[in-house]
Amino acid sequence: MYSLLQHVINGLAAGTIYALVALGYTMVYGVLKLINFAHGDVMMVGVYAGYAVAYLVGKESLGSFWVALLVFGVAMAFCAMLGLFIERFAYRPLRERPRLTALITAIGISFAISYGFQLDLTVNLFGHELTILPGAAPRRFPEIITRAPWLELGGDDGVIIWNWQFISLGIALAMMGGLQVLVFKTRFGRAMRAVSHDHRVAALMGIPVDRIIAGTFALGSALAACAGILYAIKDRSIQPLMGLYVGLKAFVAAVIGGIGNIPGAVVGALALGLCEEFVVAYGKELASVVGPVLCLGQCEGWLERLNPSSWRDAVAFGFLIVVLLVRPAGLFGQAQAEKV
Amino acid sequence: MRATLFSALLAVALATVGCEKKDVPVAGDSKPVVHEARPVEGVKPPEGTTPSAETIMIGEIGSLTGSEAAFGNSTRNGIELAVDEANAAGGIKGQKLEVRVYDDQSKPEEAASAVTRLITQDKVKLILGEVASSNSLAMAPKAQEAKVPMITPSSTNPSVTQVGDYIFRVCFIDPFQGFVMAKYAREDLQFKTAAILKDVKSAYSVGLTEVFERKFTEMGGKVVGTQSYAKGDTDFRAQLTALKKLKPQGLYIPGYYNDVGVIAQQAQELGLKVTMMGGDGWDSAKLFELGGSAVEGAYVSNHYSAEDPSPTVQNFIKAFQARYKEVPDSLAALGYDSARVGIEAMKRAGTTDGPALRDAIAATRDFPGVAGTISLNAARDAEKPAVVLQVKDGKFKYVATVKP
Repeated sequence: MYSLLQHVINGLAAGTIYALVALGYTMVYGVLKLINFAHGDVMMVGVYAGYAVAYLVGKESLGSFWVALLVFGVAMAFCAMLGLFIERFAYRPLRERPRLTALITAIGISFAISYGFQLDLTVNLFGHELTILPGAAPRRFPEIITRAPWLELGGDDGVIIWNWQFISLGIALAMMGGLQVLVFKTRFGRAMRAVSHDHRVAALMGIPVDRIIAGTFALGSALAACAGILYAIKDRSIQPLMGLYVGLKAFVAAVIGGIGNIPGAVVGALALGLCEEFVVAYGKELASVVGPVLCLGQCEGWLERLNPSSWRDAVAFGFLIVVLLVRPAGLFGQAQAEKV
Repeated sequence: MRATLFSALLAVALATVGCEKKDVPVAGDSKPVVHEARPVEGVKPPEGTTPSAETIMIGEIGSLTGSEAAFGNSTRNGIELAVDEANAAGGIKGQKLEVRVYDDQSKPEEAASAVTRLITQDKVKLILGEVASSNSLAMAPKAQEAKVPMITPSSTNPSVTQVGDYIFRVCFIDPFQGFVMAKYAREDLQFKTAAILKDVKSAYSVGLTEVFERKFTEMGGKVVGTQSYAKGDTDFRAQLTALKKLKPQGLYIPGYYNDVGVIAQQAQELGLKVTMMGGDGWDSAKLFELGGSAVEGAYVSNHYSAEDPSPTVQNFIKAFQARYKEVPDSLAALGYDSARVGIEAMKRAGTTDGPALRDAIAATRDFPGVAGTISLNAARDAEKPAVVLQVKDGKFKYVATVKP
């Protein structure tokens, strides 16, 4: 029973991070019909920005509320600017070109960032060693939240809920709630929805489309940075390729939820996080039920050899295929007739 | 210095002019690229040009960046030390040795292309590398085909040297390492149950798992659960939670230091109270940086212990520390050994010709290596004892030696 609870906690922790990243994918897709493959790498840059801040502040002051706020703030602001920069110089010039051009550009930017960060570049500035690019080796993210058990249930075999898990969940929920208010209750949100609906007509109505699109990028990138810091708090080990994995999972989550749909991205991400967790946790039990039927009694001893954790990603992506077969537009997406 | 720089630049300029002239009739041909490549090399230090008759080229491939960067750099330092010592002692019949290193970014495909470059472009006589078995396996077929002897310092998967008779190693193999840990867990720690968490992407990890599981069961223990992860994962909570409910006494994690550090921390966080065990893949100071207090008390099998009082080991440690300001780990020791076995064989063979050098390496017997005395057997593997170390206060402490 406690292990079930622990699995749910683990799954939700992964899911909320996917959700924050997926929101950026889904918003950008909403306004531009562009899959911004560089999004996961923007998240990675945010993590390193947070790392730099925590490093500069120094070990002694880590753990205080203000330092944590500073880490989040700087990382989010830095990524918002990076998002603006990428939009302005890589995507805007291509906006009237075929959509494939922008997609390939996005992949190019993703690789440029993730592989660029794998280079070592340290410059000597006025006698101080200044690392510009961090290099490929994994680094340990500083503890910006001092870890402590927050709630212990059931003794030795029980569940420990840590303070950072609680805080992370709170931050993620607050971000999602804030976004919901922004999109549905503010002028900017209304403009964003209008652009998403039809950006040409929106322009005719006097909506500054360029500014709204830029704002969407800034917002999505800031959320990615926040997700990245939460991810780094959770798993502690950071490296330049981390964005590729998380980005891909978040993209899948956005598609499951129906890309372009904000609540869909959150639901899709939580479903994906839990699905991954449960494959590892209960894959064997599931296989012992399903297996004999598929196998027709011909494969002796396979169940002992079965290792569900290797099936995690396969099942997660299989889940995507099943969802798309049943609902091609995703769980919450609306099917749109293509004009020919 | 200025004169050499000037002449190098002049050479570049001349070469470029030469190329341009040549290029005119064959415009649009792919050749110009080849011509361009040469002068660029010439800009590097003067000795970086095409191998002259006075130097013997040795190739090295290592993970200088990427996930196993700590391994690659340790090995690199060990090899560098051995080669410089050999050069200081007069080289081989007056010929100096030079090492050409390529970084494979901890990726098998990069290792495979780098080995081709070493053989065809740099014309190396001997190849040293890699640490990770998966990468060595990508290199070995090409070295074998070109008949260039290859010595891997620390790839412990048996299949590496099975590729062919030009492939050697100066370390023990996984079956032995897995046996050592299984025996220690069963007989000394008296464990009845153990669980395994393996990296499915690594030949090393899968190999160790197989042997540990078989030997531990043979000795009367029970492996209650096996879970896996893939290199690059950072969240191991699902696997660890699943293992926790099985309540094993020991948890065998035959992975590399960067993953192990994170795994240990997450196990601690989930309240998993278990003695962790591992292999030589844990051996890096980075383990303590990533794992902190969570790796305390864990046991690993390894090639050598820096606490070994023998003069061979202590002299090596002294020389290494003087140069790199750190205590060498076993990867550095094996890198040093691999280079010395190769150099020693060159001296005995009196030539750097592929087949002759191969025979000389194969004839290595009772070579006093830092990480144990090396005798290469018919399978081209080194037979030597392993040590069991325990993590105490952020350091590896020697606890036992297990002989084959």
